[in-house]
Amino acid sequence: MSDIIKNKIPRFVRSMLLLLWAVIQLFPVYWLFTFSLKSNREIFGENVIGLPREWLWENYEKALTVGHMLKYFMNSLIIAGGSILVTTVAALMAAYALGRLIWKGRNLANALFMLGLTIPIHAAMLPIFLIMKNMRLLNTYQSLILPYAAFSLAMAILVSGSFLQSIPEELEESACIDGCGTYGIFFRVTLPLMKPAFSTVAIFTFLNAWNEFMFAIVFVSDSRYKTLPVGIQELFGQYMSDWGPVGAALVIATFPTLLLYCFMSGKIQESMIMGAVKG
Amino acid sequence: MNKVRKNKLAVVVFILPAAFLFLGIIVIPIFLSGYYSMLDWDGISEGMFTGLKNYREIFTSPSIGFPKSVVNVLLLAFLSLVVQLPVSLLLAIVLANGVKGERFFLSVFFIPNLISTVVTGQLWMKIYNYEYGLLNLLLRALGLDSLTRIWLGDINTALGAVFVAQLWQYIGYNMLLLYAGIKSQSQDVKEAARIDGAGSVRMAFSIIIPQLKPVLEVCTIFAVVGSLKIFDLIYVLTDGGPVHASEVPSTLMVRMIFFRNRYGLGSAMAMFIIFICFFFAVLIRQLYRTKDKEEKHVRYHKK
Repeated sequence: MSDIIKNKIPRFVRSMLLLLWAVIQLFPVYWLFTFSLKSNREIFGENVIGLPREWLWENYEKALTVGHMLKYFMNSLIIAGGSILVTTVAALMAAYALGRLIWKGRNLANALFMLGLTIPIHAAMLPIFLIMKNMRLLNTYQSLILPYAAFSLAMAILVSGSFLQSIPEELEESACIDGCGTYGIFFRVTLPLMKPAFSTVAIFTFLNAWNEFMFAIVFVSDSRYKTLPVGIQELFGQYMSDWGPVGAALVIATFPTLLLYCFMSGKIQESMIMGAVKG
Repeated sequence: MNKVRKNKLAVVVFILPAAFLFLGIIVIPIFLSGYYSMLDWDGISEGMFTGLKNYREIFTSPSIGFPKSVVNVLLLAFLSLVVQLPVSLLLAIVLANGVKGERFFLSVFFIPNLISTVVTGQLWMKIYNYEYGLLNLLLRALGLDSLTRIWLGDINTALGAVFVAQLWQYIGYNMLLLYAGIKSQSQDVKEAARIDGAGSVRMAFSIIIPQLKPVLEVCTIFAVVGSLKIFDLIYVLTDGGPVHASEVPSTLMVRMIFFRNRYGLGSAMAMFIIFICFFFAVLIRQLYRTKDKEEKHVRYHKK
C-alpha cells in the first residue's frame, strides 16, 4: 500500500502534468491544421475544433496562387539555402584558420568574432539598409542572405572550431608527410571529417533564415523576392475575414520545418542545445 | 608541417570570407549606428551633428513614448523570469526523472519553437479573436461570458496576451536546454542521495538545481535579452497598440526609421537596445558568478 502511495500516485501526477502540457503545446497547432481546411462557416461556429467535415483544399489553392505562397516558398528556400552555403563556407574556413594555422593575431581575431555572439540584429539594421541601398542590393536575395549569414557566423565559427579540436592533428600531419599542401589538407582531410559540424551549423542557420522577419519586411518590398513570413503578413491583410486561406499559408510556412523535425528531431535538438550552451 | 601551417597566403584566403561578412555587416554598421545616433538626419538632406540630443529626446519626449516601451520590455523580461523559467525547470526535472514516452514529450514540447514567430503570432491572433477565437469560445462555453474581451485591443490585456504567446513559444526551448543539462549530470551523486533517502523535491533542490547553474544562467540570459529585443510577435499581434500599451523599443525604432524617416532618433534607439542587452547579459553573468563565490566561501567556512 505505501508503495502505491510512494510510487504510483506521484508517477500518475507526473504523467498527467506532462500530458496536459503536451495538449497545451499541440492543440493550437492541431487547430491550425484543421481550420486551414475549413470554410468560415465551420470555423466560426458549426464545427470549431473537430476535423473538417468538408475538406476545403481550395484554401491551399488560394494561398498558393492568389497569395503567391508558392513563389514566397521558393524565395524562402533560396534565401535559407544561400545563407547556409555562405555561413558554412565562411565559418569552416575561418575556424580552420583560427584553430589550425599559425599566425600573429589569431587570438585577437577569435575574440572579435566571438563578440558577434551577443550583438542583437537590430543594432546594425539602418546602416546595413543604407549600404544595401547604395550598392543597389535592396530587393535581391543577397540583401537577406548576407545579413543572415553574418549574424549566424559567430555561432557557426564557435561550433566548427570546437568540433575541429576533436579531430586529431596527426591525421593532418600524416597527410602533410604524404605531400599535401595547406589547401589539400583542408579540403581532402579536414573538411570531410567536419560533416557533423556542417549539419549542426546548417540546421540553426536554416531555422534563423526561414523564420526571420524584421530584416525581411524592411529590405525586400518587391514581391518577386519576398519570403514566407512577409508574404503571410500580406495575405492576412488581403483575407482579413476569411481564415481558411490564411491558415493554409501558415501551414505551408510551417510544414517544412515540422517535416524536417519528424525525421531528425534528435539532431535538431542537439544543434539547438549546442548553439545555446556554447554561446 | 609547421611550414604548411604558417602559410600566410592561406591564412588570408581562409579568413577572408568571414572577415568580409563580419566587418561589412556587423562591425562597420554598428559604428555607423553610433555615428548616426548623434545626427539630426532624415536620410535625404545632409545630417546635422547634434551630439547626445537624440538620446535626450527619446527619454524626455512624451509623444514618442520611449520610456514606456522600455518599461514594457522590462516587464516582459521579469514575467519571463518568474513564469517561463520555473515552469520549464519543473517540466525538465519531471521529464528527466524518467517517464513513459520521455522522447515523445521532449519532441512535442519543442515543436512551438520551430514555428516561425510570424506564424505563431498569426495563430495566436486567431486564438484571441473576439468573436470566433478559441479563448473567448472556451470562456463562453464555461459560462464566463463576463470575462471575454478583445484581448489584443484592450489596454489592460494586450501586453499580457503577447506574453502568453511568447511563453507558449519559448518554454519548450528552455525546457530542452535544462533537460539536456540534467541528463548530463553524474548519476552517482543522485544514486547516493536516493540511498540516503532523499525524496524527489529534496533531490531537485539539493542535487539537480545547484549543478544546473551554468544552464540556468544561459536560460536567464535568453529569457531576459530575448524579451528586451522582442519584435516579431509584437509587430504581428498588436504593432505596439492599443495606444502604445504594448509598445517595445524595437517596434518604435523600426517605425521611427522606416516610416517617419527619423534616422538619427531611430539610431539612438538602436544603440540603446544594444546597450541594455549587453548591460543585462553582463549583470546576469555577474550575479551568477558572485553567487557561486559566496557559496564556495560558505562551504569553506563550514569545513
